[in-house]
Amino acid sequence: MPRRPIEPLLWLLFSAGGMVVALLIPALVFLCGLAFPLGWLPAPSHAHLLALLGHPVTRIALFLLCVLALLHWAHRFRYTLYDGLQIKHLNEVINSFCYGGAIVGSVLAGYLLWQVP
Amino acid sequence: MPRRVPHDDRPAYTEFLPRWYRPRMSTYWWLKRRAYLTFILRELSSVFVAWFVVFLLMLVAAVSRGEESYRQFLSWSGSPVVVVLNLVSLFFVVFHAVTWFNLAPQAMPVRLRGKRIPGSWVTASNYAAWAVASALVAWLLLGG
Repeated sequence: MPRRPIEPLLWLLFSAGGMVVALLIPALVFLCGLAFPLGWLPAPSHAHLLALLGHPVTRIALFLLCVLALLHWAHRFRYTLYDGLQIKHLNEVINSFCYGGAIVGSVLAGYLLWQVP
Repeated sequence: MPRRVPHDDRPAYTEFLPRWYRPRMSTYWWLKRRAYLTFILRELSSVFVAWFVVFLLMLVAAVSRGEESYRQFLSWSGSPVVVVLNLVSLFFVVFHAVTWFNLAPQAMPVRLRGKRIPGSWVTASNYAAWAVASALVAWLLLGG
């Protein structure tokens, strides 16, 4: 693989993403993915969530969480395919799929958080 | 008569460069040892991270579309397939968090006045930060 000066930056974003994901996502999955839908805890009211999302700090924090988590996924998944399945001849396709997907997802996250009333 | 190649730490390129010996590795090499399997499972946790970003954005979209679509989202997220997916995701993201924090002392050796702080302190402070962050998320979502 040729040396790319962008590689250290990708590693840095991977680490930052890994940290943010480890700190915030377990609690979010437990609450939004299990406790609220299954009724273990009372789900927050629509008005409460709207007020929470209405605050710019929440939106910026969620946007950063989404971007870093997606870049973390891109970097790690790329190496999962690379090492796990050893599909090295498809390197270009894998890179475009992973980082391209992360960029598209980030833009979508930005749009969805922007248009919250 | 073969040409002498000097024994240097940077050997000059010769046209007798031997073909590298690369044994073919099985695609399922990571099933052979427990440590390898743990490695691949840790790497796969990223897929569930990506899924959760999608789930979170769907929640945001539902909330901004109004109360009715938020209620629909809640009942959809209670359907068995989504619950099982989120249960598996919870396992993987906790696995990611634990392995990440346990690795932290190796990844960032902290020095204080020239002395290296014991690794267990770094790990412990990471777990403390995890507890604080989780409590903050719960406090914000449960209404403060």
